[in-house]
Amino acid sequence: MINELTPLQLDAIREVGNIGAGHAATVLSQLLNQKVSMSVPEVNILPLAEACDVVGGPEKPMVGVYLRVFGGAPSKILYLFPEEKALFLAGLLINDQEKCRNLLGELEVSALKEIGNILTGAYVYAFSNFTGIDMLSSVPALAFDMVGAIMNTILADLGEMGDYALIIETQLTACDESVDGHFFLVPDPDSLATILAALGVNDGCLKQSGSECPN
Amino acid sequence: MSETIRVGMSQLAVAEAPKILVTLGLGSCVAVCIYDYFLKVGGMAHIMLPDSSIANSGVVNRGKFADTAIVDLIEALQQKGTAKERMVVKIAGGSQMFSYQGLDNQIQIGARNIKAVEENLARLGFTITNRSVGGNSGRSVFMDLATGAIRVKMLDSPEIIL
Repeated sequence: MINELTPLQLDAIREVGNIGAGHAATVLSQLLNQKVSMSVPEVNILPLAEACDVVGGPEKPMVGVYLRVFGGAPSKILYLFPEEKALFLAGLLINDQEKCRNLLGELEVSALKEIGNILTGAYVYAFSNFTGIDMLSSVPALAFDMVGAIMNTILADLGEMGDYALIIETQLTACDESVDGHFFLVPDPDSLATILAALGVNDGCLKQSGSECPN
Repeated sequence: MSETIRVGMSQLAVAEAPKILVTLGLGSCVAVCIYDYFLKVGGMAHIMLPDSSIANSGVVNRGKFADTAIVDLIEALQQKGTAKERMVVKIAGGSQMFSYQGLDNQIQIGARNIKAVEENLARLGFTITNRSVGGNSGRSVFMDLATGAIRVKMLDSPEIIL
C-alpha cells in the first residue's frame, strides 16, 4: 500500500522529484530571465480527507494549472499560484505588467497555461530520462478558484484505488519571492510501483491491484 | 458562534442543532445534506465518486461513493430517531473546475457525481428539494442545523441560501 513505503523508497521518489523540479526551475529561470530557486521536494502521503488542505486554507483563491501525464507512469501535474503572483508571472512572460490585470482574461490564461506547459515539459523530460519511463504530457487546463475545490477535483479519482494520495511537492521562488508557486506531481496509484521499480527500490514490491511487478 | 463540524472528502457526519456542518472548497465532489426539521437533526456526506463498484481495492471506504455513502448517511440519521417523511434533502457541488476538450474522463467527474447522487436518492425514495450543482466554480457549504438552511459560498458570485 501507498502508506507503507520504506524510507529508502521515499528518498528515491524525493530524488527523482528533485531532478525533475531542478530542470523545471532552470527553464523557468531562462524564460523569465530571473534567478529561480526551489525547495527540496517534500513527499507527502496524506489521507484524501486531509490532502485538500496542503496549501493553507481550502477557501484561499488560487490559480491552478493542471496537466495529465500519459505513458509508462500516468500521473497528474498541478501548479498552484496565489492570485497576484499568477498575474505577475503572466506579466513577466509577455513582458508587459500593465497588460496583465484580469486573471481570467484570454491573454493571462494563455500565458499561465504556457508556463505550465513549459515547466511540465522540462520536468517530464528529466523524470523520463532518469527513470527510463516514457512520459508525455497533455495540454494544460486552468482554473481560478478555491484551492480546496481545485485539489479535490484533481484527487477525486484516486479514491477509486485507495484512501491516500502520494504528493510530491516543490516550491519555486523567483524574483525575490515575488513569484512563489507550488508544484505537485501525483502519480496514479498503479504508477508508483512502476516508478519504484525503475528506480531500483521496489524491494518487496508494492502490491497494487492491476499492476504486475516489473523486474 | 455555534460549533462547526468539518466534513472532509469521503467523510460523513450527523449532528443536531445548534451545530453547523461545514465542507470547504467543494469541487467535483458533491455534498448531500439531509435534515429532519422536527428533530433538528441533520447529516452531510461529502461524496467523491459515483459508484463503489469501480473501487478495486478490497476494503471499500463507503463514505467515498454515492451509492454507499447515501445509504450510510440515511442509516446514521435513522439511528438518531429521524423519520424519512420529515427528511429534507439538498445537494451542492459537482462542478467542472477545469474546462478541457475531451481528453480526460476524470474531468467530467462532477457531472457523473451529480447524476449518481440523484439516481441513488430517487432509488431510495427521496426527493431533492433544493440544489446548487454543476457550473465551473468551487463551493463552500454550511449546513445550519438550527434551521436546516444551507448556505453556499462561491468565489465569484453572491452567497446562496438553499
